Amino acid sequence: MTATPLVVLENVNKHFGELHVLRDINLSVNAGEVVVIIGPSGSGKSTLCRTINRLETIDSGRILVNGQPLPAEGRALARLRSDVGMVFQSFNLFSHMTVLENITLGPTKVLKIPRAQATLRGLELLERVRIADQAHKYPAQLSGGQQQRVAIARALAMNPKVLLFDEPTSALDPEMVQEVLDVMTDLAREGMTMIVVTHEMGFARRAADRVVFMADGQIVEENTPNEFFTNPRTDRARDFLSKILTH
Amino acid sequence: MEAFFTNIDKVIDGFSWTVRLALFSALFSFILGVILTAMRVSPIGLLRGVSTVYVETVRNSPLTLVLLFCGLGLNSALGLSLADSVAWDVFWWAVIGLSAYTACFVSETLRSGINTIPVGQAEAARSLGLTFTQILRLIIIPQALRTVIGPLGSVLIALIKNTTVASVAGLGVQEASRQMKLMFDQGIAPVLPTFVGFAIGFLVLTLPVGYFFSWLSKRMAVVR
Repeated sequence: MTATPLVVLENVNKHFGELHVLRDINLSVNAGEVVVIIGPSGSGKSTLCRTINRLETIDSGRILVNGQPLPAEGRALARLRSDVGMVFQSFNLFSHMTVLENITLGPTKVLKIPRAQATLRGLELLERVRIADQAHKYPAQLSGGQQQRVAIARALAMNPKVLLFDEPTSALDPEMVQEVLDVMTDLAREGMTMIVVTHEMGFARRAADRVVFMADGQIVEENTPNEFFTNPRTDRARDFLSKILTH
Repeated sequence: MEAFFTNIDKVIDGFSWTVRLALFSALFSFILGVILTAMRVSPIGLLRGVSTVYVETVRNSPLTLVLLFCGLGLNSALGLSLADSVAWDVFWWAVIGLSAYTACFVSETLRSGINTIPVGQAEAARSLGLTFTQILRLIIIPQALRTVIGPLGSVLIALIKNTTVASVAGLGVQEASRQMKLMFDQGIAPVLPTFVGFAIGFLVLTLPVGYFFSWLSKRMAVVR
């Protein structure tokens, strides 16, 4: 199989002051692939995720999206970001706009799609994330799980080539985690390219093509979910798994 | 109070200038304040520097000096004229001075509003591919404005009262406080009742502004 790498990170390094948060990261994600990044807190997985649309800058190395190196700033970067969707831990819905306005903002202002068409597509996406009846509410009127599904719809409305998920269920009440994971699992099945930072091991097993295990700013292990969870190769991964899977 | 009411036409004329000064200055200071704020948070260092220097200089100068600069400096000494009639010429110079001064306070108020907006709002907007100016215009300023409606009301009240400086600082705008002083000078009105009358006149202008802005701030509040 000759897959085309959609996202490539080459020798990426980043420091937060003295702290070396990303150490020589090399990662390649193919179109249609679902990569789940797991690891203990502070391992750099969220930072890694955020470098891919340059919400975090890097100190050295290269990041390519669709074969193009990330532009430094300005309009070229904005254009690239419109191709890379992002879903945040804290949802970050625009609180002064309705659900539907949140979803149509990007398409109308960035992609210059006519409002009527963007609205139609927005309602379609809300249907898809099972929340069509809330279109005219404000984010604060929705539950966390509903807000996160709106955030996913907002990202999808841009027709992104790849979707980044930065701990999408970590801020949710336990009973709302599943409804968000269900939507993500559907997306994975439909062939969306996804890079997911999460602590949800069930999702990793079920939906991931590949699991990337990070610790102390490094990629320690990369494998299929099945291999990784049943037969981790490194002590670091074995130690991590023993701590989270024994509960 | 009788003398006050026999001169009611002078009183009304005075307050009509006060209101006009306040309205035009409010409009221009708001526009300039938004521009100064946008410059202050821009990624371009030069714009940030210009805005910071302007705000810190003008905000920390006495309003009397700012208006004297407009009146004696720009209008009289340099002979710059903004209107044919003297009344309107000094009026517009007063509006410029008041706007230049009040814009600093509008800008600082807005900036404090921007600081209350979670950083995630801008990150989400950036991740959609919106440009810096779009993010400011569509996401940041609308939310910041809503959070500072109340404090902006205080700025407007201060502006209304500051219009009284426009007559003493070399700009003889016939606003309310100048009318009052003229009435004293001409000896046509007893001092205390006239004071009370004009004070009530200012309260009639400023109290509703305060109530309106607190009502508006509740109505427009962004729930998170």
